[in-house]
Parts: sequence; C-alpha cells; structure tokens
Amino acid sequence: MPLAVTEIASGVFVHSGLQEDVGPPNGGDIANIGFVVGERCVAVIDSGSTRRIGDALRARIRQATDKPVCYVINTHVHPDHIFGNAAFQADAPQFVGHANLPSAMAAKGPTYLNALGRILGPAAEGSTLVPPTTTVAAERRIDLGGRVLSLKAWPTAHTDNDLTVFDEASQTLWTGDLVFVERIPSVDGSLRGWVRVLPEIARTAAIQVVPGHGPVQRDWPRAIEPLARYLERVLTETRQAIRDQRTIQSAVDTVAREEAARWPLADEFHRRNVTAAFAELEWED
Amino acid sequence: MPKAALLPGIGERGTVSRMRLCVDRLIRTSIVSLVVLAGAGTAVAQVIMPDPEASENWQKVKKGVFDGRAIVPASADMLELEAPIRAEDAAVVPIAIRTRIPQRSDRYVKKLYLVIDKNPSPVGAIFEFTPQAGIAEIETRVRIEEYTHVRAIAEFNDGKLYSATRYVKASGGCSAPAGKDLQEAMARLGKTRFRVEGDVKYGSPALAQLMVSHPNLSGLARDQVTHLYEPAYYVRRIDVTYAGKPVMTADVDFTISENPNLRFYFVPERDGELRAEIVDTKDKRFESLLRVTAGPASVRAAP
Repeated sequence: MPLAVTEIASGVFVHSGLQEDVGPPNGGDIANIGFVVGERCVAVIDSGSTRRIGDALRARIRQATDKPVCYVINTHVHPDHIFGNAAFQADAPQFVGHANLPSAMAAKGPTYLNALGRILGPAAEGSTLVPPTTTVAAERRIDLGGRVLSLKAWPTAHTDNDLTVFDEASQTLWTGDLVFVERIPSVDGSLRGWVRVLPEIARTAAIQVVPGHGPVQRDWPRAIEPLARYLERVLTETRQAIRDQRTIQSAVDTVAREEAARWPLADEFHRRNVTAAFAELEWED
Repeated sequence: MPKAALLPGIGERGTVSRMRLCVDRLIRTSIVSLVVLAGAGTAVAQVIMPDPEASENWQKVKKGVFDGRAIVPASADMLELEAPIRAEDAAVVPIAIRTRIPQRSDRYVKKLYLVIDKNPSPVGAIFEFTPQAGIAEIETRVRIEEYTHVRAIAEFNDGKLYSATRYVKASGGCSAPAGKDLQEAMARLGKTRFRVEGDVKYGSPALAQLMVSHPNLSGLARDQVTHLYEPAYYVRRIDVTYAGKPVMTADVDFTISENPNLRFYFVPERDGELRAEIVDTKDKRFESLLRVTAGPASVRAAP
C-alpha cells in the first residue's frame, strides 16, 4: 500500500513517522522520510526502517510522478533511515551519504539488521544494507532538473555521518536527526559536537524544516530550542557531576532528570545519553 | 594466579603473542553467537532470570578457577555486587564490588574475581588486595556481550570463597565498534589521571580513582575503515602501591571498557606516593603518580 505523505511545498512530499520506539505494532514506521520531484527525476530522502516501508514509499512516488528515482539520500546510518534502500535498487539510482557513511554502515549495519529481524520479524523481510554509491565530504549540489538540492556533511554530532538536504526551490531544509522534535534525541556521535553544530544549522535560511522525527516546523530556527536546551542541560550537568567527582552510575541516575521528563521516550534513551556523555566528557581538559 | 593462566592453552607466563592467539581463537568461536545476539538491548523482551547454577560457563569456571571448592552465597553486609538490571550502553556498564569487612592483617579479602558468564572471556578481572587497601572494593565499567549472570567472588586470606550474583540485560558490548575515533584514542594512549577523593586522614581508608586512556580493543569489533577486525589490544595488568607497599593489583582484559577507570581504597599511614604501573598486551608500560598528604580534597591536584 502506498505510504501516506503530505505535499508540504510544490514537489516536496513528507511522510511523518510515529513518535514511538521500533516495534511490531508500527512495523518500524518511526522516522520522517520523503521525496522531492524535479523536472527530470526524483530524490528520495531517507528510506525508512524496512524494505516494506521503502516499497510503500516507492509506490507513493509512482502515484505522484512517473519520473525516475535518480537519488536515494541517507541522512545518517541509523536503521530507521536506511533499510528501505533495497526497495530502490532496481531503479539504479545514486545512493548518497556522508563520507563517513560507508564505514559506519559496515561497522554497525550487520548489528542493526540483526536487531531489526529480531524485533520486527516478518515485517523486516527483504531489508538489506545498501551502502552509498557516492559520498559527500563537505558540500555538494545535485540537480533534479530545474531543481537543485544542496547537501551538507556535518562534523560529528548526532552521529559521525550526519548529512542535511536543502531544497533551494522551496527553501525546505531536511535535517535528518540533527533535529528532533517532540521526541528525546539519542546521542550516538558527540554531545559537544552536536551542541557546536546546532547554532550553525540554525543559520540556514529555511521557510520550513523537516526534522528526522516530529512535525514539520515553520517557526525556524525557534523549533530547535527544546533540543538545544536538552543537550545543553545534559552537557552542563554531566560536566558538573564529573567536577563533583561523582561516579558514572550516580550521574546516570541524576543528570537532567527534570529536563528528560518533558520528552517522550525518555525512558528508552535518556540514561544512555548520559552514559555516553560521561564517557565523552571525563577526559576533557 | 594471573588471569592469563585461566585462558585455554596459556600458562602463567604466557607471552603477549600467545595471548593474542588465544583471543583470536575466542573471536572465531564466538562470532556466530555474537552476531545472533547483537542488538537485543533494543528489544523489549520479557526475560526470566535463569537459574544461576545452571550456567555451563559458570560450572567450567568453578571447576577450572576454583577447583570445585565450595562457594558460599554472601550476605549483603559482607559482599555486594552493584550492577544495573538493564545496561544502558553494553560497552560501558558501571559495576561495583563492595566488601563490608575492614581489611585486617589476620583476616582480609585477598582477591575479588569478576565473572561474566556469557562474555567471550568470562573471568574478566581478578583484583588482588593487601591489608594496606583498608577496604577491598572496586568500581569500574565493563563490556557485557549478552544477557548474563555477573558474579563477584571474594576469596579471603584463609581461602574461603563467597559470591554475590546479579543478572544483567545487555548486548553487543564486546563487539561494539570501538570509540568514535580510534586515531584520536591512540594519540592519547597511556595518558593517566589519578586522584584521591574526599578528605585524607592518615590511618583511614581513602578512595582513589585511576583513569587510563586506552582503547582496550576487544578484537571483536570491526575497524570502521578497513572493515577488518582490529586485533585485541588492551590493558592487562595494573599494580598499585602506596609508599612502596602493594595495595591492589588488577589482572584484567578487554572486559574492562575503553579508557579503563578504576576506583579503590588505600590506607595512607603517612604522606607518600600513590603509584600505579599499567601494562598492556604490547607490553607497553605507563606510570601514574600522585603525592598524597593529609587534608581536604580540594588542595590536591590531579595531574
């Protein structure tokens, strides 16, 4: 069945993932994914958790246009953004990612794929790891025919392979998971890096923003504030815990509890974020 | 008995290269099960804690390491093992082994064994204490590969053995990719930070924390660039002395998380130097020194 999408600007289609953890009831449909249609061809931006979701996205593209899919862009390595790639292999597009994406996929992909099968069972069938055929080290513009997407590779933040996509025609910014809205972020790269990167992303002059998770934002860059506050709070309080000579366990039990309580899925990710933050920050000078 | 002796085919004076061979063998035999088990941490599974005695690996360790001697479950006021029920990050699982009995020269805890049944190297650490430690206690962070029993075994100087057991849900800790940037980690290799926490009073146990910058590669994670398995490379031994007298010796392996972090007690009878000597599996040696005098915590620098 074709995936439900919203056309948020002419030729810009977004499917909103559910604000849940991956599980059988949602079949992995938890991330925002979509596509942009140019005069010549179509670019997919993230392909979803499974082959099945990728198939549904492709079916929806076929309803919107008969132009070929020429690019499948992955904003980063996380499973909810890459495992639908397999659905587009027959179209022989360019698969595009951050310069670090191939190595991240090689290192983590098998583990992710395995967990996917275990958690989703049959819904994960046909999902395979499809690495990029071309990568972006800094910036790159790709042309869909009368429509240019500018891609930007970021320093280590949410992961070490975050890529954003800016549609110049509609001034739409796809942030991948560099921006979470109404869902607790997960830190899998560098907390300090993410805190440094956020103000820079905020400088992008966008009319609308598609976050990796959560509703499309038009109040930009204010939409970034809750995320910035959470990361800042975890950073500050973890640093304080280290200065106070507390243990990692004690930090995990206490850091930014109040802030975390505001966020959906805090139970699943907050303590892990603090663990990662502590290990990252304790060697600071 | 050093930990090396517990590994199959490796004698007490096993060389580094022989240990590596052994680890390579561990890798080969465990790859299949690792792949199958990786990622379970994300699943919301209802797991019934299995019978701690039914564990096959534990039965092997009991026989091989403890010669089948009786191991008595300890009361909480004697020996306690702190570990999370669910590990947030399987590559960084904080644990603490605490004993509640003061170290006296006539009766003291000689060794604390850390056993993680289902890890590729189940006897991940053996900590040896002298009465000079004051309190036999260790806090550190470990890697846990899959849902497993974790055990602390205390061996007293009279040879009696006591155990505390916890069940921990974790997965993929040993085969998780090494830190974000191995090059950066190697550049910092061997840096140490030593500090003493709280006020120091002569004659009373003081809490020390030793941090060692080391990737502590398990040999079970793939290099993110070459896609080859990084050879195992880890801190294998840490000797701590105070004023020239031994306090604690840690016989460890890649069970200990990247950038090993150990917290333990020692008794400063007078001012002196706390010294740690760290040796890794390439026989590189690193030293950390800290001058200790009585007084409040704030006056002591941690280099």
